[in-house]
Amino acid sequence: MERFAQLLDRLIYTRSRNDKIALVAAYLRDTPDPDRGWALAALTSGLDFPAVKASTIRDVVATRVDPLLYSLSRDFVGDTAETASLIWPRLPTGEPPPTVSEAVEIMAGMSRSTVMAQLARLLDRLEPDGRFALLKLATGAMRIGLSGRLARTAFAQAFGLDVEQVEEHWHGLRPPYADLFAWATSPEGAAPAIDPLAFKPFMLAHPLEEAQLDLAEFAVEWKWDGIRIQLVGDGNVTRLFSRGGEEISGAFPEIAAAYPIRAVMDGELLVRGDVQGGEAASFNALQQRLGRKKVTGAMMADYPAFVRLYDLLVEEDEDLRSLPWTERRARLERAVAQLPPERFDLSQIIAAQDWATLVQLREDARSQAYEGLMFKRRESAYMAGRKVGHWYKWKRQPLTADCVLMYAQRGSGKRSSYYSDYTFGCWTAPPEQGGELLPVGKAYFGFTDEELKWLDGFIRRHTANRFGPVREVEKTLVLEVAFDSIHLSRRHKSGLAMRFPRIARIRSDKPAEEANLIVDLMALVS
Amino acid sequence: MSSAPGWLRPERHGIYLPGTDCWIDPSIPVARALVTHGHSDHARGGHGHVIATGPTLSIMALRYGEQPSADRIDYGDTIELGDGTNATFLPAGHVLGSAQILLERQGERVVVTGDYKRRPDPTCAPFEPVACDVLITEATFGLPVFVHPPIGQELDKLLAALAERPDRCVLVGAYALGKAQRIIAELRARGFSDTIYLHGAMERMCALYEAHGVPLGPLALVADATLDDLRGRIVICPPSALSDRWTRRLPDPLQAFASGWMRVRQRGVQRGIELPLVISDHADWEELTGTIVELAPQETWITHGREDALVHWCGWSASPNCSIV
Repeated sequence: MERFAQLLDRLIYTRSRNDKIALVAAYLRDTPDPDRGWALAALTSGLDFPAVKASTIRDVVATRVDPLLYSLSRDFVGDTAETASLIWPRLPTGEPPPTVSEAVEIMAGMSRSTVMAQLARLLDRLEPDGRFALLKLATGAMRIGLSGRLARTAFAQAFGLDVEQVEEHWHGLRPPYADLFAWATSPEGAAPAIDPLAFKPFMLAHPLEEAQLDLAEFAVEWKWDGIRIQLVGDGNVTRLFSRGGEEISGAFPEIAAAYPIRAVMDGELLVRGDVQGGEAASFNALQQRLGRKKVTGAMMADYPAFVRLYDLLVEEDEDLRSLPWTERRARLERAVAQLPPERFDLSQIIAAQDWATLVQLREDARSQAYEGLMFKRRESAYMAGRKVGHWYKWKRQPLTADCVLMYAQRGSGKRSSYYSDYTFGCWTAPPEQGGELLPVGKAYFGFTDEELKWLDGFIRRHTANRFGPVREVEKTLVLEVAFDSIHLSRRHKSGLAMRFPRIARIRSDKPAEEANLIVDLMALVS
Repeated sequence: MSSAPGWLRPERHGIYLPGTDCWIDPSIPVARALVTHGHSDHARGGHGHVIATGPTLSIMALRYGEQPSADRIDYGDTIELGDGTNATFLPAGHVLGSAQILLERQGERVVVTGDYKRRPDPTCAPFEPVACDVLITEATFGLPVFVHPPIGQELDKLLAALAERPDRCVLVGAYALGKAQRIIAELRARGFSDTIYLHGAMERMCALYEAHGVPLGPLALVADATLDDLRGRIVICPPSALSDRWTRRLPDPLQAFASGWMRVRQRGVQRGIELPLVISDHADWEELTGTIVELAPQETWITHGREDALVHWCGWSASPNCSIV
């Protein structure tokens, strides 16, 4: 448990993705089975121990600590597990600290009547960092920004494997992943059997730089502005996965319920609406449904979800991924007939003979709220990851607005001495008529290293106020901001939220009074 | 507060002894000030007359210029303040020259701890417990979550981080008075003999410590070093310089912060700290409560810090008469 506690602690203070991967990889290499398997499960999906709840932790602490001292401490620390780990008055037990597997085993065996005594006994065997790790493990709330994808990348790096190969074998396996570690660590270890009806790594597209593909070899589709998902059904249970392999079934029960077939399909999750060719709503509407563990009937009625299908990867127990796209497409067209049309339909192929038409369609994508166009090589197999030459995405041109820099904040890591996070605003009315600036967005990329240095210097020379780490800047600098789309939002005072904003250009040539008005941005809302 | 002595009282700007017109650690300029130690929330410039230990006077001279009038007082020495009141300075174990002040008048004994700790520190004399009727204690870390780990454990983390990254440097944010020198001295005590690099703001205080007989080993200024000199080295700077432009002259610094507050993870994460070091020159919860039990005063006054928890603790344990001042 101490080694795991140390890993957890270091992950909390590490920001860089590569450093996180290296830390997890080193842990996986150095830790014996089955500890590393349980740790991996805890770091990603979270293990569930029904007997241990956040309230249980409070109750256990109350058996040893004065309630007011606990509550004053909890207010200061801000996290129940951390407060408990720090405040716990340890009674020596003479027992060594538990291993991760022992702790998992004990916690899995706890019932409501034994949990208080057993949890206290485990806490007595550990130092503060170990207690913190144990309580985070127990409640399944790690919150350390470690995605399943990152964990699998670390696993691949630890044992010199290809990450897509790891993805291929990973899904469908259960903690503590004994087969997976046996395969990765011993030369004679056989690769675990691939469950055909489990999550498959997504095939991704490259951005298309120039309009120069042989159109005879490519099929063209709309790039729908929803979220890419994979449907995995075994005839009984259907699961929905996001691109990173995270399960999101809970947020879309009506989709899972309408998919009774044994098949794996790739598609775009959308909400009904009247943009995107009059068929789907904007991404903003879909956002109302995202990030929820549970969903109400009202949400489902107000934002009815459906899936526009792109591809068929597995049918019954037959893996179709090595077939060319044309054959998979033909089978998808047949298979979709088994599914209710209000929840599932096909992403139509755009019959365009020449680039002139496609260029026009891409131009129209903005007004129609499509995200752009997709090009798929007709002969392409379905390959994990982003392979060159097979699939291309051709996004619509970004929108731009001239905004005024208002606030800046320092970055982290290598950027910790630079003001690299910028909040910018637009005018409520022309400034000569008494208009004011209201923030419309925040961006921390899009600029070059040289531009960053320049901006940092500008901010230091033109600071109007300091609020902790934030500097208010004299409102004189115009930034041309590019963004994919803009939406109404109640969270911001301006009533607007930009999607994917970035700094396109520094417009030190332009007076701040000539920056855009809020109403200009309102006209771009989709 | 029935039995509280009438001859001293807490005021907004410090503890005041009306019969003698003396203040302890006043935050505004006064005629006569008794100063427990050199940190700027205790020692201010501009007093008419200062009574403090030799090292504290040196520190004040460094920061505010020479005091116009001062009494230098050694540990264990007693000075008459007038009105039948005597003050004795005793070691507090906080930083170089730090003192508790024992006040005696007509058989009543009051101890003002100033800031203190009970752990060994190679840069200053250890805290000397002294029995008293009234204890006026600090409570910076007055919550039971604050239990400082042994300093050796934290320095091991620092040295491991250094060994792991030979191309980078470890930049340790530490208060320029006390914390920085303690870390250096503790590293030397562990046999660490590499040159330690300093931010310019640390230089004179380190020299002052050495002049008072605290050897700190080989030190150099970052300003005099090249980027390559600094690879694989420990660099110490004031906490405010951790994310300053100054850090751009360092080779990809790993940001460490030595403070008792680092006990709480979010405190470090919010500041962008990569290596938290829980090192404090203040008493932790166990030291605060242990000292009250040991000295068993009839009354405990709590000056600055997180008082509520300590007052509550006093209520059901050692010292029933306890109040925030």
